Amino acid sequence: MGTLLEVKDLRTEFHTQDGVVHAVNGVTFAVDEGETLGLVGESGCGKSVSVLSVMRLIPQPPGKIAGGQVLFQGRDLLTVDDEEIRSVRGNKIAMVFQDPMTSLNPVLTIDTQIGESLELHLGMTKEQARKRSVELLKMVGIPEAEGRIEDYPHQFSGGMRQRVMIAMALSCTPQLLIADEPTTALDVTILAQIIDIVKRLKRELGMAIIWITHDLGVIAGLADRINVMYAGFIIETAPVKEIFGNPLHPYTLGLLGSIPRLDETRKEKLTPIEGLPPDLVTMPTGCPFYDRCRFRTEKCLHENPPLEVSAVRHSVACWNWQDVVKARGRA
Amino acid sequence: MTRTQFIIRRVLWIIPVLFSVALITFIVMHATPGGPWDVDPNKADRRISDQLDKTFGLNKPLFFNPEAFQQAQKEGRGVIESGQAFIDAQFENYIFSLLRGDLGPSYRYRGRSVSDVIFGVQDDKPAWQSKIGTTATLGILALLFALAFGIPMGIISALKQNTAVDYASLFVVTIGYGIPSFVMGILLIIVFAVWLGVINVIEIDYWQRWQSWFLPTIVLGLPTAAFAARLTRASMLDVMRSDYIRTARAKGLGERVVVLRHMLRNALIPVVTFAGPALAGLVTGSFIIENQFGVAGIGDLFVRSVSRRDYTVIMALTLFYALLIALANLAVDIIYGFLDPRIQMGKKEG
Ligand SMILES: Nc1ncnc2c1ncn2[C@@H]1O[C@H](COP(=O)(O)OP(=O)(O)OP(=O)(O)O)[C@@H](O)[C@H]1O
Ligand SMILES: [Mg+2]
Repeated sequence: MGTLLEVKDLRTEFHTQDGVVHAVNGVTFAVDEGETLGLVGESGCGKSVSVLSVMRLIPQPPGKIAGGQVLFQGRDLLTVDDEEIRSVRGNKIAMVFQDPMTSLNPVLTIDTQIGESLELHLGMTKEQARKRSVELLKMVGIPEAEGRIEDYPHQFSGGMRQRVMIAMALSCTPQLLIADEPTTALDVTILAQIIDIVKRLKRELGMAIIWITHDLGVIAGLADRINVMYAGFIIETAPVKEIFGNPLHPYTLGLLGSIPRLDETRKEKLTPIEGLPPDLVTMPTGCPFYDRCRFRTEKCLHENPPLEVSAVRHSVACWNWQDVVKARGRA
Repeated sequence: MTRTQFIIRRVLWIIPVLFSVALITFIVMHATPGGPWDVDPNKADRRISDQLDKTFGLNKPLFFNPEAFQQAQKEGRGVIESGQAFIDAQFENYIFSLLRGDLGPSYRYRGRSVSDVIFGVQDDKPAWQSKIGTTATLGILALLFALAFGIPMGIISALKQNTAVDYASLFVVTIGYGIPSFVMGILLIIVFAVWLGVINVIEIDYWQRWQSWFLPTIVLGLPTAAFAARLTRASMLDVMRSDYIRTARAKGLGERVVVLRHMLRNALIPVVTFAGPALAGLVTGSFIIENQFGVAGIGDLFVRSVSRRDYTVIMALTLFYALLIALANLAVDIIYGFLDPRIQMGKKEG
């Protein structure tokens, strides 16, 4: 399969009163056609900023894409003109956001909000768009879709709104769907339903997905490949089986140790490892995970390890990943 | 509580509010020395003013009339009649005639009723040229000016946040807000009437030349325009940062559609909500400007009536102002419900 999206050395920063926040620090990854990529990491590690940068949706100012390339079907989305990026947004790359309660416009009907993409990108008339919107709502499992199309967002529950968001994102059958923690605001049963819907639609529509979460448990059954992010870096990337079976970065190891069992509530945020990530304004010169790492050495303090291939399709940014393997063997 | 019940309850609340306003105004008015007949106490003829007091019932006690009560008792009249005698006093008599829809006679516009002074027009001019119509016209013009000027200014300065445009608008806002209306009025009169000589502010009939309305409209509306601009800007900035605007952009919508369809309606909710009270504020707040520019409206009438102790006109206008403000606040809640579907209490829009 061909490569759909290629992000190369992406850097995004925010110029705030407290200084420059280095949110994304040279991130490189690729998504193949039809592939599902999981993007995991603690809160604040730059997951949202990475994908928003891909779509050029970072608020500017204070945000600024300081460098890198985002190649989508060969074109660099960071350099195309406004009109061209708009023809990609919502059409070829669509996004579902974290909070369904605030991500829909409160004063416009669902009909308007789904229909406007269809009219814009597919050139449908109001009538056609309306018909298609009803189909989409049915597809994401909203009962009595015809009767609800004229409703406003506040008339739907949280789970239903997230379905509406998904319907909206899928309206133009995008080649890439970016789902930014679409399930965090939802309770466990709704979460399972949403994941099922996405799995089914992925099979039916064959699109690629970037699924962001800070919960490895959610992504296990869904992703082909996982990128682990920390302090604006990708620190490990591997096929999902490898991540679970052969984690190489101490941080990934910690994340895995903290996956809640299925019978536990998933609501609370995970604190996999003692300590806090570094301040993104005054980034350390060495490894950003140094302070919290069990495997740290003198070298880690001074040099930040690059992301290097450790096995087939498996890369890790750690000087001491071999120690991690040994330690795992002993455990 | 359904929407209708809510509205009914709010409407009923207006009654005790108006009663309290009437009572307080009445007390303050009568506690102030002087009366309607003594423009110049030296010239006032005692016998004539006594006679006038008697004619208009101003010789009666203010609130209770125990003398009349005792008189009635002595004459052996029934409980009801005695009771009626007891409250045969100025305040009660005013309230009762008010309930019958009678605002009473004006004490200074001899031979004319208060209704006639406020609502009436001379000759056969149209009704909107009455005193109240004149003030309402000025208020509406000022509101339209404020919104037409303030809203676009607020929107533009939000969209161009922290640029020269934004700062220029802040400058205008500060001037509009900071300079008191009467100073602004005098300033404009000096510039336009004295220096340029393009307008005449003495003894003009505003209904003769439409150009006359410009200055009082601008002076009256400027602070409201400044406020509207600030409110719109703040509200726009809030909306611009919201998640659903990011969603709209993520769909690939152009800037025009994002602003016009997705931002404006949300951003204007607080502004439209404020339009009702703003109009009430403009209509009830035009005394000085009417006086300054010689606009023959109720603001001007009110100022004159206070200094001439025209009790019934003062009462009527105060109650009118109070009613207007109460209704404006009520309108806010109702308009809000229409604009923001979330307020539609448990009811489907349709
Ligand atoms: N508008 C902004 N201004 C300043 N800093 C920002 C802004 N948006 C994001 N950041 C910073 O960028 C960093 C990365 O944020 P990001 O939203 O990508 O985190 P995340 O990994 O998506 O976390 P979460 O799981 O909480 O969504 C954070 O430290 C955040 O403080
Ligand atoms: Mg996020």
